[in-house]
Amino acid sequence: MKTLIRPALLLLLVLTIITGIIYPLLVTGIAQIVFPERANGSLIVKDGKTIGSELIGQSFDDPKYFWGRLSATGPFAYNAAASSGSNYGPTNPALFTAVQSRIDALRASDSSNTMPIPVDLVTASGSGLDPHISPAAAYYQASRIARVRGLEESEIRALIEKHIEGRQLGFLGEPRVNVLKLNLALDNLVKQ
Amino acid sequence: MTPILMNSYLQLGFYIAVLIALAKPLGWYMARVYEGKPFGLDRVLGPFERLIYRLCGIKADEEMNWKLYALAMLLFNFAGLLIVYALQRWQDFLPLNPQGFGAVTPDSAFNTAISFASNTNWQGYGGETTMSYLTQMLGLAVQNFISAATGMATLIAFIRGLSRHTAQTIGNFWVDMVRTTLYILLPLAIVLALIQVSQGVVQNFDTYQNVSLLQSTVDANGNVITEQSLPMGPAASQIAIKQLGTNGGGFFNVNSAHPFENPTPLSNFFEMLAILLIGAALCYTFGKMVGDTRQGWAVLAAMTIIFIALLALCVISEQNGNPAFTKMGIDQKAGALHSGGNMEGKEVRFGIVNSALWATATTAASNGSVNSMHDSYTALGGLVPMWLMQLGEIIYGGVGSGLYGMLVFAIIAVFVAGLMVGRTPEYLGKKIEAYEMKMASLVILIPPVVVLGFTALAVVTEWGKATIYNPGIHGFSEVLYAFSSQGNNNGSAFAGLGANNPFYNLTGGLAMLFARYWLAIPTLAIAGSLAKKKHIPSGPGTLATHTLLFVTLLIGIVIIVGALTFIPALALGPIVEHLIQ
Repeated sequence: MKTLIRPALLLLLVLTIITGIIYPLLVTGIAQIVFPERANGSLIVKDGKTIGSELIGQSFDDPKYFWGRLSATGPFAYNAAASSGSNYGPTNPALFTAVQSRIDALRASDSSNTMPIPVDLVTASGSGLDPHISPAAAYYQASRIARVRGLEESEIRALIEKHIEGRQLGFLGEPRVNVLKLNLALDNLVKQ
Repeated sequence: MTPILMNSYLQLGFYIAVLIALAKPLGWYMARVYEGKPFGLDRVLGPFERLIYRLCGIKADEEMNWKLYALAMLLFNFAGLLIVYALQRWQDFLPLNPQGFGAVTPDSAFNTAISFASNTNWQGYGGETTMSYLTQMLGLAVQNFISAATGMATLIAFIRGLSRHTAQTIGNFWVDMVRTTLYILLPLAIVLALIQVSQGVVQNFDTYQNVSLLQSTVDANGNVITEQSLPMGPAASQIAIKQLGTNGGGFFNVNSAHPFENPTPLSNFFEMLAILLIGAALCYTFGKMVGDTRQGWAVLAAMTIIFIALLALCVISEQNGNPAFTKMGIDQKAGALHSGGNMEGKEVRFGIVNSALWATATTAASNGSVNSMHDSYTALGGLVPMWLMQLGEIIYGGVGSGLYGMLVFAIIAVFVAGLMVGRTPEYLGKKIEAYEMKMASLVILIPPVVVLGFTALAVVTEWGKATIYNPGIHGFSEVLYAFSSQGNNNGSAFAGLGANNPFYNLTGGLAMLFARYWLAIPTLAIAGSLAKKKHIPSGPGTLATHTLLFVTLLIGIVIIVGALTFIPALALGPIVEHLIQ
């Protein structure tokens, strides 16, 4: 027993230094030299001001912007400092209430739109910070944005098409649209 | 076949193909590491390895018998556990705490310390709101390495028990720990961490970044919010090892669903690959070390067949979506412009296929990281991860622990076959006798007792029922999932359950403790007993353990034991929920 205690404690100390200090510092060092922009949060800077991260979604409910996924973070949606899903089970009435209120909001803001609503537009993401929606969810909102902003729907649809990110390497993941980037481009479109 | 469906098959097939293709080279490399044969990296790091032994007073050439090996393992793990506990309790006085987080409560710190030492990584807390960078690095990330290495060391000792004959010792625990960490886990982790950073996983020591929102929003109390606080930290280095070491503890609360923890489909692919990589490759290592690689392929085949069958059930259930959504007029049908399916709790960049694949892989292995919220899965989609854990975390399983669990099932399989034909069972030239069977029985009986016992306790007491989140049947599933996860050292959750309270922290902590060490000790006892035995050459009556017949038998035993034990409990949860939805 005694002969085991000394190596146990010393080895724990040595492995702590190697894996707990040297390893993360080494990775940080290399990361900061090779991928500084990515390692620091993929921030979007405009006119010297940081206005978001391209990886972290923001909350939109103004009809003039594209809306993203529902977010279950508290105390406000898309709180990046406290990621969370809704954790509603598939038969929980609260799930149906949340989904129905999103459907109602979509319908109320665009009553003439009879397209079927894509499922990702009415459900909460796992992180509460999903930066993306599906292309279908973006196209669904094109008519509302066009009407509110007084633009042609074809212009909006062209903008969406330009912002579709395909599957990585051609087959990994799902096609998607970054909502924050799309909305920034939308504001730009209007300015021009 | 539609292009969408074809792409689903392509993603799933590519994943499994890469996994199996890497099993041989990595498995070969690991066998060289453990057999002490040259493998390249030892020429560079060899002097450093020997320096560690000198510093720690370790006599590398002195081997241990199984009792000494087990004692060393327990002592080492217990010391680590105390350090994680202390770091959490005192983090408010320690450096590298830019957000100024306070001390973690005693019950939560107890649960978390056991959780990380036992390779479970159940998390009752939210990372970005609780743990200082120092606690994450020196406590949690270190345990990610150490607990993984402990599992692998125990497995290698077990394999030595099978391959040696008339031997008293099964290796030196310290040497196995050092070589695992230095030559296997660290190089893989460094490569994976850098790949992850290239995709956008953060790696820095900054304070959280405040950014101004494009559109302001309103919080629950009516305050206008114009800023977002982006969490930072040394995430990539920790994520790499939590995936590779089947730990699974997330840097952020929602684990690999968080865009800073898993930003792209490519980062997702590598994180998913890392979940099963070492576990699958160890099968080849095993075959190599017992001198017959067919033995390793047979075990890997049994695991892979069960994995694919349950993967299919999970993907199909989630892709079919929630029947209630269809009634509400929502479009859940997959098309070129969206993935469709049950998207509650899932991220658009992963869609259905990569979410269901992850859920299946992370519970087949005892990883427990998530990239979608399992609580929101359909009834049958959620049954898959739950049952995979209940099978005992042996379908690839935890690094090391998964394979030694599966090899115990192989011993039971030859025993059952022996009973059928009335012969003394043998496995790899070793007679399986009463002592081995008693120990093997402990290994299969302890987890169900822990899982079902604590679940029963929770659902009949107010303490257990008070923090159930979802109403009705699904609430029972939450509790069953929690103890299936902790009682098999997985760590994933139906996360609606409020588990950060004294009742769940204490019962869960005990469940994780029992599941890890009460299984490792009988496993090492079998190793010690087998090592002492003579090797008997196989005769015409010996059951060959590398054939399709044996693979089928092994699958049968795993499924029957798992089904008999847990179908009654599953019937009360996900099965009823599926029938009434």
